Amino acid sequence: MAAFQQIEVKDSAARSAQAMDELQDVRGEKMTLNMGPSHPATHGVLRLVLELDGEIITKADPEIGYLHRGDEKIAENMTYTQFIPYTDRLDYLAPLANNVAYALAVEKLLGVHDKLPERCQYIRVICCELARISAHLLGLGAFAMDVGAMTVFLYTFTEREKIYNLIEALTGARFTTTYTRIGGLSRDLPEGWTDELAQFTREVSVAIGETDKLLTRNKIFVDRTRDVGVITREEAIDFGLTGPNLRGSNVEHDLRKAHPYLVYDQLDFDVPYGEVGDCYDRYLVRMEEMRQSVSLLDQCLAKLPGGPVNIDDGKIILPDKQKVLSSMEELIHQFMLVTQGQDAPAGEIYFGAENPKGELGFYIMSKGGGVPYRLKIRAPSFVNLSILSHTLPGHMISDVVAILGSLDFVMGECDR
Amino acid sequence: MPSQPAPGRWQSPETRMSAKQLAKKLKQQFEEIVSGPVEFRGELTVEVSDASQIAEVCRFAKEALGFDYLVDLTTIDNYEEAPRWTAVYHLYSYEHFCHLRLKTSVSEEVSELPSVSTVWRTANWHEREAYDMMGIRFAGHPDLRRILMWEGYPYFPLRKDFPLAGKSSEMPDVAFSDPAPLEGGPFVTVAGGEDSTAREPRVRNPEG
Repeated sequence: MAAFQQIEVKDSAARSAQAMDELQDVRGEKMTLNMGPSHPATHGVLRLVLELDGEIITKADPEIGYLHRGDEKIAENMTYTQFIPYTDRLDYLAPLANNVAYALAVEKLLGVHDKLPERCQYIRVICCELARISAHLLGLGAFAMDVGAMTVFLYTFTEREKIYNLIEALTGARFTTTYTRIGGLSRDLPEGWTDELAQFTREVSVAIGETDKLLTRNKIFVDRTRDVGVITREEAIDFGLTGPNLRGSNVEHDLRKAHPYLVYDQLDFDVPYGEVGDCYDRYLVRMEEMRQSVSLLDQCLAKLPGGPVNIDDGKIILPDKQKVLSSMEELIHQFMLVTQGQDAPAGEIYFGAENPKGELGFYIMSKGGGVPYRLKIRAPSFVNLSILSHTLPGHMISDVVAILGSLDFVMGECDR
Repeated sequence: MPSQPAPGRWQSPETRMSAKQLAKKLKQQFEEIVSGPVEFRGELTVEVSDASQIAEVCRFAKEALGFDYLVDLTTIDNYEEAPRWTAVYHLYSYEHFCHLRLKTSVSEEVSELPSVSTVWRTANWHEREAYDMMGIRFAGHPDLRRILMWEGYPYFPLRKDFPLAGKSSEMPDVAFSDPAPLEGGPFVTVAGGEDSTAREPRVRNPEG
């Protein structure tokens, strides 16, 4: 006769109760984990001090400042033109857009912002939109890689390489462009450059479509990002988010539409915005923004007028070299500009531009003369990161990389 | 020719108010302490004379006037002038599509302002930065620590009396704090063997 042994199979509630008893002495114990400052998902030198209960984050404290160079202090000690190279190093993934934003801010202070030649304005829009595509390509590539989709990164970097070649042909440098000048540009478009740009817009449209196919309906990607890192509309506004992160949270706001600068009011584009404010929405917003930027580039190419690229004012921008060598007045202007800078009036202005990461603002307080008394940089990444200690708690540790990737920040700009 | 604005949100509805109207309302509410507005390059600046009430002014601006977004919070060091500190608040309204700048000043002896981090949560980091860079304290701030500089750093580097080249410190365990060997930077370079501290523009051309 076979002997039967009673095996007691408890229900799940009883089993978990037993596990709780066994884990009595370690339960509730919190662990502190340092993520960064050198971690691939923190995109630079962000350090997160996370307090964990198991895999759940209970407290998050972002530590920033590892890349602080004192840009605002430096700005107080040099002329307006001399500070342009420093703006390259703010959001170093979109230096052209920073150059444009800074130039526009100083031009507003000088009161010459409405005197810019049309050609200059169109070229500056091209710069901003190229920078936007470049920054979003990197942002999306790195975001996808962080959540496990390696291929996308290679696709987007192929396109970025083409943008860098274009930027090199335009400015002479791939990374640190320093392309704008107060009242104009350092040089006009090189010969044949518009054709290369036209070819690029065709190619990048294809690449954006491919990236879209790789990610948008990718089950793993959607599972990792949907309903993760939800930022409500109210939170986004309260924490001062800007750019794609704000629009992802169902706020239809874009400085290019709300307060058009340059020639944005003469161009046709849509402002995409999300519904729930999760990582997936922020991804979709960036994806559509790239398409809109490509369309803006095409429109600019079609409308690009001829004419000068610099303001016709020797007190604002360096005069033509030939004239400097042959005419007394221009020689004096050149000498004054190089030694003392533009003579700004006393006053204060704020100018915010819609940069790839959000609203990059410059507050300039001038007491007159060629040097700002105080120059404050309102960096979008700095503000966007401040929401982390609010959003991260309650999430799993693996969601941190998805949330960081979707916020798409740059530490050069955050730390200044 | 500018094309027609896109329909919907970007068009000006009847209810939208200008910054001038909103500044006027603010002035009506706080008649004794609000002066201005001053206009420069199309931007309005309102001065609040009593810094201890800035939080109430901000709360009113947010709740009654619709300034739901604090763009930026900045401080200025009016070195050798009284009062020494000026705080600048950049407000924006998503409802009315307009900016307003609030300014208030506080003396060096006080060096403290009420925190607006309970009005807009974004002010939390801005105030930490202002404390870190200028040494102005914010009363009622939940977590007033240094943010860009490290904990234990002894100076406030954006103050006008802090030299560009840096300052050495007697404090132990503070990472290097010798003046930076950058010759004062390419922009102030003057031939000669002087220390970079002595070659800054301010030292060469003392103001006043």
